[in-house]
Amino acid sequence: MSVARFWRKIPQRYNLIGTRCESCGRHYFPPRSFCPDCRRGGKIVEYRFPGTGKVVTHTVIRAASEQFENTTPYVLAIIQLDEGPRLTSQVVAKPEDVAVGTRVRSVFRRIMADGESGVIHYGTKFVPVKSEK
Amino acid sequence: MRDVAIIGIGCTTFGEKWAASFRDLFVEAGSLALKDAELSGEHIDAMYVGNMSAGRFIEQEHIGALIADYAGLSTRHIPSTRVEAACSSGGLAFRQAVIAVASGMEDIVVAAGVEKMTDVGTGVSVDTLAGAADREWEGFMGATFPGLYAMIATDYMHRYPLTREQLGMVAVKNHRNGAKNPIAQFRSEITLETVLSSALVADPLRLFDCSPITDGAAAVILAPLDRAREFTDTPVRVLATAQASDTIALHDRRDISCLDATVVAGERAFAMAGLPREKIDFLEVHDCFTIAEICAIEDLGFCKKGEAGRLTEEGVTALNGDLPVNTSGGLKACGHPVGATGIKQVCEVVQQLRGEAGARQVDGEIGLTHNVGGTGATVVVHILGVT
Repeated sequence: MSVARFWRKIPQRYNLIGTRCESCGRHYFPPRSFCPDCRRGGKIVEYRFPGTGKVVTHTVIRAASEQFENTTPYVLAIIQLDEGPRLTSQVVAKPEDVAVGTRVRSVFRRIMADGESGVIHYGTKFVPVKSEK
Repeated sequence: MRDVAIIGIGCTTFGEKWAASFRDLFVEAGSLALKDAELSGEHIDAMYVGNMSAGRFIEQEHIGALIADYAGLSTRHIPSTRVEAACSSGGLAFRQAVIAVASGMEDIVVAAGVEKMTDVGTGVSVDTLAGAADREWEGFMGATFPGLYAMIATDYMHRYPLTREQLGMVAVKNHRNGAKNPIAQFRSEITLETVLSSALVADPLRLFDCSPITDGAAAVILAPLDRAREFTDTPVRVLATAQASDTIALHDRRDISCLDATVVAGERAFAMAGLPREKIDFLEVHDCFTIAEICAIEDLGFCKKGEAGRLTEEGVTALNGDLPVNTSGGLKACGHPVGATGIKQVCEVVQQLRGEAGARQVDGEIGLTHNVGGTGATVVVHILGVT
């Protein structure tokens, strides 16, 4: 991924900056300029997600594309943030510690590098949180 | 709108075709289709070609003109258009050709599909295919195509009573069919044990749950139904063409385990054909992974959600079952040259309806094709029938 293409999404990739529609209260990640429900009647404002949520579904990637080949196996999951939006990310954990419903929180991590001398891309992954009794 | 018929079909063998170039593949498929229709190039009014990613697989764009040129049609200057919708490029090219004939704009139209995937290494092909999903918010995080379908499988198996064995039986059944198909990439039967002991690719999916990397091309020729018998004694009628879209990213879907675009495209197709589902005799569905065939059968409405695994185990979807699914061997055993797959599905249904399917012949007068782009962001459904 080119430097500019990565750089322009840094707020979202590093800090989970999305949007919220003040008309209907729905949250969006990645950010949207239009609320699909309210359309032009919506009022979109920036929203920083605290990054807590749960695992909706998951897998363990054992055969990856080139940029991820040296990081296999890794846990890939769809996470539902507590505000509602879902996103695809990695869960930094042993596969047996991740299940449907596992509570997670976001962490800042290295995602991949463009070859040995290229740019290192960072972003948001998740880790399981211990259940609070 | 005019009624449309298929008057010719042609398909290369599918596989790792080291000796054949991209151009060789579509020229072979096109020649076979023309020969089948007993036509020559000067009859062709227009071409639509489905191709996902020649740009990355062979670093060649501008496929429409290239194909017309190497088909020997450059001096006739026919309109030739590339159509792209990831793995549903072929189905969509067919749909564009049907619309062109139905509208009255063109009479004799070629719909083709081609993909040359083995000129790059596995890493590049995996990454290229990941472009069918959301590059920014899925691929960037390390999602692969098997990985996305694996997450569908995890969600599905968490909610419905599908066993790992039933999932494997989809692959066993499709290899059994593929073994009877002269063009199939894999022409040997496999056992359930082979599937269950193969390497994990993305849990719970194993190597034998996945369709392969394939080179191949397919072509069909369309004409107005009222002219079809000028060319063939066995025209096949296009009873319905339907297409639907959905969110590009799997995580944004209403339901991870239900492809809403399949549901909608299916409903639109049945409405257009004016037929209830019970009239459909057999299906060619998009089994890029075993879980995809399970979802397709259910989302097209042939059984309730959660039942397709049991139907597979009971043999309902086998060649001699009540609803044969993927008589060609499907993407799993016949192979999946992504841009060609949607056209190959049409070729298979036409062969079946003409009674030319040899050892894998099933009874039936109406067949359905179901072609998926990405994880369900585009779905194209066609219903074809004897005349």
